[in-house]
Amino acid sequence: MMEGIFRINGKEKRFTFNPRSRLLTVLRENGYTEVKEGCKEGECGACIILLDGRLVNSCQVLTASAIGKEIITVKGIGDIHSPHPIQEAFVEASAVQCGFCTPGMILSTYYLLKDNPNPKEDEIRKALDGNLCRCTGYVKIIDAVKLASRKMGEK
Amino acid sequence: MNEFDVVGKSVEKIDSLSLATGNARFTDDFRLENQLHLAILYSPHPHAEILDIDDSEARKMNGVVDILHYKNVEGVLHTTAGQGYPEPSPYDTVLFDRKVRFVGDRVALVAAEDKDIAGKAIKSIKVEYRILKPILDPEKALDKGAPRIHDGDEFTPIPVKYSPERNLAAEIEIGFGNLKKGFKEADFIVDEVYTTQFASHAAIEPHAALSYLDEQGRLVIITSTQVPFHVRRIVSMVLSIPVSRIRVIKPRIGGGFGGKQEVLLEPLVALVTLRNKRPARLVLEREEVFRSTRTRHPMRIRLKTGVGEDGRITTLKMDALLNSGAYGTHALTVLSNTGAKVLPLFNKIENVHFIGRSVYTNLPVGGAYRGYGATQGYFALNQQLDIITRKTNQDILKFLKDWHIREGETSDVFRALGEGKEGVSQIIKSCKLDECIDRGAKEINWYEKRDKKIRARGDRVKGVGVAIAMQGSGIPMVDMGSATMKMNEDGSFNLNIGATDLGTGSDTILAQIAAEVLKVPVEKIIVLSSDTDFTPFDVGAYASSTTYVSGGAVKKCAEKIKGQMLDVASGLLESKPEELIIADEKIFNKKKGKAVSFEEIAFHSLYRENQFQIQAEASHFGIESPPPFIAQFAEVEVDKRTGKVDVVKFVSAVDCGQPINPKLAEGQVEGAVINGISYALCEEYNFGSTANLLNCSFWDYKIYTTLDIPEMVTIIVESFEETGPFGAKSVGEIAINGPMPAIANAIYDATGVRLFDSPFTSEKVYNRMKEEGII
Ligand code: FES
Ligand code: FES
Repeated sequence: MMEGIFRINGKEKRFTFNPRSRLLTVLRENGYTEVKEGCKEGECGACIILLDGRLVNSCQVLTASAIGKEIITVKGIGDIHSPHPIQEAFVEASAVQCGFCTPGMILSTYYLLKDNPNPKEDEIRKALDGNLCRCTGYVKIIDAVKLASRKMGEK
Repeated sequence: MNEFDVVGKSVEKIDSLSLATGNARFTDDFRLENQLHLAILYSPHPHAEILDIDDSEARKMNGVVDILHYKNVEGVLHTTAGQGYPEPSPYDTVLFDRKVRFVGDRVALVAAEDKDIAGKAIKSIKVEYRILKPILDPEKALDKGAPRIHDGDEFTPIPVKYSPERNLAAEIEIGFGNLKKGFKEADFIVDEVYTTQFASHAAIEPHAALSYLDEQGRLVIITSTQVPFHVRRIVSMVLSIPVSRIRVIKPRIGGGFGGKQEVLLEPLVALVTLRNKRPARLVLEREEVFRSTRTRHPMRIRLKTGVGEDGRITTLKMDALLNSGAYGTHALTVLSNTGAKVLPLFNKIENVHFIGRSVYTNLPVGGAYRGYGATQGYFALNQQLDIITRKTNQDILKFLKDWHIREGETSDVFRALGEGKEGVSQIIKSCKLDECIDRGAKEINWYEKRDKKIRARGDRVKGVGVAIAMQGSGIPMVDMGSATMKMNEDGSFNLNIGATDLGTGSDTILAQIAAEVLKVPVEKIIVLSSDTDFTPFDVGAYASSTTYVSGGAVKKCAEKIKGQMLDVASGLLESKPEELIIADEKIFNKKKGKAVSFEEIAFHSLYRENQFQIQAEASHFGIESPPPFIAQFAEVEVDKRTGKVDVVKFVSAVDCGQPINPKLAEGQVEGAVINGISYALCEEYNFGSTANLLNCSFWDYKIYTTLDIPEMVTIIVESFEETGPFGAKSVGEIAINGPMPAIANAIYDATGVRLFDSPFTSEKVYNRMKEEGII
């Protein structure tokens, strides 16, 4: 077993974990169940987090390699009492059906809009290509990203 | 035309903010102390007898707590179909059998202290198999001398045709008019065979189930299911424990599409918990979802139509062969739906014959999948109509309008084909299909593009195609939903429903229906759904039933609440209930100029005088199943050098009655369309030499992403169904029926090549163009 300190959503956390374990598993075991597991093979994007500001599939990250790093999950950008404009936009645009893909979608959107506050449609599509959704057909998700970009522009 | 306060408004989905902020919990998000992790050993053979299982090695492993297989688990015959009782599917399954019938069939299960140990332990279980000859071709399943796949005591709980000795899982035959006469009247015959493939539901949340014993020692199951009440009944039956000892909870679920109607994992976690008095958790890996759960039934449909020179269809014969795979779950009802949801749409064809057979094979097991047999049937029929209208030089849009069922009309098929029994006859009360066709055609620019073979970049050619379809709204006289409501001091209401929200937004639209009756904002309705201890019965989420059936129950229930509130208010306002109106969370007597608020009514009834709880319950079942209608249009570009097909634009115009929540209704259409396009162009199962599935990951089983989707237009045509709650019909399934045939017809329009066999991969399209000498 290994031990390490991580900074998750702004708070220091110490975990003990199996050296071979993936970050997704360790996060979920420690209560960060907002990080979803859809495939464990790096294909679906449900497990996306921000690791030191980079967008990664946490199922593809060895926990040991993330020691000391900054982790942001969907709960780290806003909560039910003060949601982030992207979270609001997903709600308003009806982009949330089952919601299983939503945390990953929202973080991919967050990452996109950080560098590109007014993305064009094809840039949005490219940015979300790693996030599978079987419910929505993506139409309202793309609407939500556009809405989020407008909302954030107003602030 | 219909003025509503809450219905018809795209209010925010009530659970969406909790989902968007990561608060909402799915099955695997629940913590359990001291839990056991389960792993399953699957069969590597398509067909084999298990001679012996030796689990001694595995039992010795540190952390292994329990191992289950045929030697220590009683084999109770049941079906995993997750349908109402008695099920129309054969009882041909036990938890652990002495025989395996497909690669991915369950052999044994290990319960261990952690997942790794469980995973290692299953590998050290030794199984001695006697390999049997498999059936891998459904066309050969009924042959004399074919190996027998089910040779025990399997039976059907209802009297339907079932002959496991011939590998026949179901058979249906109906006919009207005189087929012979119809063919005689024909000037020519169009006789074609259409085949469709396996497909995975690919819900992004894998199947998951947990169980534990509560403080009273009762079994609690938390599960990603579409059918909590059927889970309770089936677990009770399979494990011989009373229903009263079981509670089933469906938390948020990450998509179902029919795949989570199957009761696969719940009896396993329950059994481990009961045997070991410890909580148990079973979450499938993606690979297991592909390999061992359910798929869309592949079908082969032969359509033989007699056609007059004038373009009249004199007769139609549909012969369907459904590959049920190793077990017969939904084998009868998917098959009957292929007739029942397809043939009535063309009710003007006088001579009709439908024969369907479902056969067992040693391949993955079919199950419920959005569209439920109608999808396969419409693939065949919409192409056949394209062929016929081209041969007779007719405008297909005009032809479709002339031949489809209309308001005030019926079809003999409604009466003849039900769920394993006769159906229920009905007269169509709402059908705006003409308008769907017109508006869809306008949006796709039909007449500017049809038959024009417009050249695009490189060697690409454009084409457009159309498909129309109907579905149902629940199973008439079978599906039942119910609701209970109570009023709180602040004028809010609890709405408890058995209905199962799979992410479709049914909790929200049911709240909207209650809110509409009571004239309150939707926030005043607090919804609790799908908990067998706290919510009343509902069959669950399938057969496009929730809006129509459960919605009907909610409406009745809210009306009873309203009646009780009016009684209280009439006392307080010294008025007759007829003199009162409800608005703005108050009850008014306009003449007297007096009003009481909902809050006062609730306080009065709870605390002041003749105290009672304002509360009600109601149940509802459909006496008919009004079909929604849809017209769908695909515009494709086919690359003549490679055979690659791109859908560039897809238009759906739907009549779903009054949409309760237009954006959620659109979302249902959009999701179904993209699933349908992905199914038409790229989704399929590839099998290895031992009938083992090769592409069991999202890398190899491609589903559409944001980069693949075309321009999408969804038009909700104004309509009102008088038998539905506030005019509503269903919308969940219908839109998956059109993409495949519309795309096939568009490919023909572009290239002159017919695709009879789905999916339309580049290779297939390229080869067909070669065959036809087009390239
Ligand atoms: S769970 Fe990590 S990409 Fe699917
Ligand atoms: S909303 Fe269900 S997977 Fe995206």
